[in-house]
Amino acid sequence: MSVAPPHTLETTIGLEIHVELATASKMFCGCKVAFGGEPNTRTCPVCLGLPGSLPVVNERAIEYTTRIGVAFNCSIAKRSLFARKNYFYPDMPKNYQITQYELPLATQGHLTLDGESGAVSVGVTRVHLEEDTGGSLHVGGSGRIADSEYSLEDYNRAGTPLVEIVTEPDLHTAEQARLFVAELRAIVEALGVSDVRMEEGSLRVDANISVRRAGEVEHGAKVEVKNMNSIRSVGRALEHEEERQRKALEAGETLVQETRHFDEKTGTTSSLRTKEYAFDYRYFPEPDLVPFEAADEWVEALRASQPELPAERRVRWKQTYGLPPGDVAVLASSKATAAWFEAAALAYGGDAKKIVNWIIADLFGLLNEAGIDLTECKIAPAQLAGLVGLVDDGAISGKQAKEVLGHMFKTGDDAAEVVQDKGLEQESDTAVLDAVVEEVIAENPEAADKVRAGQLNTIGFLVGRVMRKTGGSANPKLVTELLRTKLAG
Amino acid sequence: MTPPALHWRPATELAAGLDAGDLTSVELTEAIIRRCDDVEPHIAAFLQRTDERALTGAAAADARRARGEALTPWDGIPVAYKDIFVTRDVPTTAGSRILERWVPPYDATVVERCSAAGMPLFGKTNLDQFAMGSSTEHSGFHPSRNPWDPARVPGGSSGGSAALVAAGAVPWAWGTDTGGSVRQPAALCGIVGAKPTYGLVSRYGMVAFASSLDQAGPLTRSVEDAAALLSTAAGHDPRDSTSIRDGAPNLLEGLGEGIAGKRIGVVEEFGGEGSQPGVRARVDDAYGRLERLGAVLEEVSLPSFEHAIPAYYLIAPAEASSNLARYDGVRYGPRRVATDIVAMNSKTRADGFGAEVKRRIMIGTYALSAGYYDAYYGKAQKVRTLIVEDLKRAFQRVDLIVCPTSPTTAFKLGERTADPLSMYLSDVYTVPVNLAGVPAMSVPCGTSPDDGLPVGLQIIAPVLDERSMFQAAYAFEQDLGWAESDEGRPNL
Repeated sequence: MSVAPPHTLETTIGLEIHVELATASKMFCGCKVAFGGEPNTRTCPVCLGLPGSLPVVNERAIEYTTRIGVAFNCSIAKRSLFARKNYFYPDMPKNYQITQYELPLATQGHLTLDGESGAVSVGVTRVHLEEDTGGSLHVGGSGRIADSEYSLEDYNRAGTPLVEIVTEPDLHTAEQARLFVAELRAIVEALGVSDVRMEEGSLRVDANISVRRAGEVEHGAKVEVKNMNSIRSVGRALEHEEERQRKALEAGETLVQETRHFDEKTGTTSSLRTKEYAFDYRYFPEPDLVPFEAADEWVEALRASQPELPAERRVRWKQTYGLPPGDVAVLASSKATAAWFEAAALAYGGDAKKIVNWIIADLFGLLNEAGIDLTECKIAPAQLAGLVGLVDDGAISGKQAKEVLGHMFKTGDDAAEVVQDKGLEQESDTAVLDAVVEEVIAENPEAADKVRAGQLNTIGFLVGRVMRKTGGSANPKLVTELLRTKLAG
Repeated sequence: MTPPALHWRPATELAAGLDAGDLTSVELTEAIIRRCDDVEPHIAAFLQRTDERALTGAAAADARRARGEALTPWDGIPVAYKDIFVTRDVPTTAGSRILERWVPPYDATVVERCSAAGMPLFGKTNLDQFAMGSSTEHSGFHPSRNPWDPARVPGGSSGGSAALVAAGAVPWAWGTDTGGSVRQPAALCGIVGAKPTYGLVSRYGMVAFASSLDQAGPLTRSVEDAAALLSTAAGHDPRDSTSIRDGAPNLLEGLGEGIAGKRIGVVEEFGGEGSQPGVRARVDDAYGRLERLGAVLEEVSLPSFEHAIPAYYLIAPAEASSNLARYDGVRYGPRRVATDIVAMNSKTRADGFGAEVKRRIMIGTYALSAGYYDAYYGKAQKVRTLIVEDLKRAFQRVDLIVCPTSPTTAFKLGERTADPLSMYLSDVYTVPVNLAGVPAMSVPCGTSPDDGLPVGLQIIAPVLDERSMFQAAYAFEQDLGWAESDEGRPNL
């Protein structure tokens, strides 16, 4: 068997993404949807699968799923069906999951990504609705069910509406996959249909990745990667896995179809199980539910009432604010950031790029340090606009403004209040400054002569002296101008 | 002729007595308890009695009636339930050891509605496990017996309910009918049993056997009682997505309108050799009686019906294999200790389910398996569509269709348990009705000249035309006069 040189290998990635919907109640019963809580307190005969209980579809979940389908440019099924997926696992109260098999709510969509290497169109195979399982705690042994001493089941999550989004294998790099997930999260968040918190499991990503020699028709052995708990992890895990597969192929090894687990700490993947046989889930139409018929007018009404999605927002921001793509990408990454920026830009009214710089360069740093996100920030968007206005007016220097921002971040006070409290206002009265400048020239004759002789870089030294004398309150721009006038050769 | 003892009277007659003040609910309930004590050793029809609870309910009903606040005419008339309806605080087993000692935290909609009408719950009755069977011999606890001859089965799967009503032990009872489980025991016990249109009665709280076929149905001693009990529980239930949204009919209205001029179809394929001669004789008499009552009889052909049994025995087990997956020892029912979860699930299910249940789970699992789905489940669904279409076509020509309910009278205990296929054929006339979702009922048409055991006439109606079906059954019953005569009561 010949060993393939690295440049002839190509990577294929497809994603399977689960999104828990933030409906008020569960998919098939009236129990509340929430995260965590005292185990088994948000349950009823239906989500516990008690004998005799029957599911009733949450129509809001159908609406949310259809909105996701519309956002991914899918065709929305006129008639869709629920099905039973049969397998035994104790976190699934009925030992079958109500899901969709034939006739899902949405199919044949696509999403265009603007990546580093240009635009990529990613096919979305299907968007379907199902119920989530409960959660298990396996005590003793390796933490897996097979060798545990006992397992505890919490059915609070059982029956939470769950949307599954499956892509075509159209992604070819880890970065594209990461970008797709980031964009998907932003879209779902903009739709307002899910919390999309990867750390709480309301957004879960599994990836199928394979590497093959370029030009081959068959895909390589498909490896399913699980346990990627952040968008960053998606990139890391797939980069590692791609590298592992490439190296194996280059070394002439044969890859096997398997499921691998990503370890956040080591940044590596390890084999969970090999797929020796395919599960037979014995899907069949769910007889307890009737087919869902989507009227054209209903779908059109949803389409018309879709909120602005990230891609549309990016175009608008570019047109309205003239922002570069890099800034747009950062600000549009979450609904909260985008809304915050828009509010600040609106309150400011001037060059939005200045607002952007303050957010990205300064505010994000403070947030990171404090370990909180923008929604928890004490500074309101209009307050940042106020701060930038003070700098524009020359009331404070840019350097002072950073200090002011630090105070605002702690207290939530307006910039003007902080400036006043701290006595930070700049001295811009020419008459006052004139006297100080004269003093400094008199005290530093050598430096003054150098400036007079044309060594303009010595002005900085004199400006520094003025600043020191005024306790930093002098407007440095004004001081420089005064010195230049007075020492003009 | 002296009027029959209290416990033999139909519920509608008892209601009149309660209303007139000739009778209290407590007196009635006490009479029922005495009668049950007498007959239960012979018929073994209960899985659980709730005498105290019924007496408390009866006293409350009497108090309401005394204040002039009776909830309904049936306030204070006890009712028994097949032990497949879940009942809050009363153990519910579905006839299987796998649910032994499970106490549901909620009431089935049927139970809730009858309780709201004032009917005290009077015990949970025996059945074939998970309603899978036609003789009640597949109960996980004990077989029940036919009050006409305790050596014979009462039919099934609602055999306990049918035996109690036939024995004059309870005025009325609920059963469920997936392939004939109300109508066949009604026929074998000489009483009335109705299966309404699929979706007329909520399935919420009925332990599921085959979800697309299961329907609750009343078992009573008179057509009027069946109309009253069914009307009490029927109607849309938001907790059952397959429940029909239209309002429920009051089937007591217009019950006596007769059948003059009605076109009634006799199933061509069900004539001849399929039934015992005694059954055929009685059913032929019944056809003649319907004609004398003014109906116009004609033959209808339902060629797809011959495929109903194989189709049913794929669809029902397929759904059952999934419905019964939840009995795994994790959340309720007895649990067998084992080294790991798979062994625990397997051992619990191996010990908890009876042989017939296991047989059907295996058939259903096989029928749904990848590679076999199209050939079995898919094909069976196509047959189901043909049956629906055959019936639709027939109902363009006729208002109702009649045939025997069961090809035989009650058979002996043990006669068919060794041969599942012979047991399955008990349902040859009832199964197509479930596959089509239409209503049908069994009404007694006397006893077979061969063995003196009751024979039932099945009346099948188009979707949601329960009214015509009940009118025909009532006209026939009144004209025959058998049920109210001494002949219509077993000698027990």
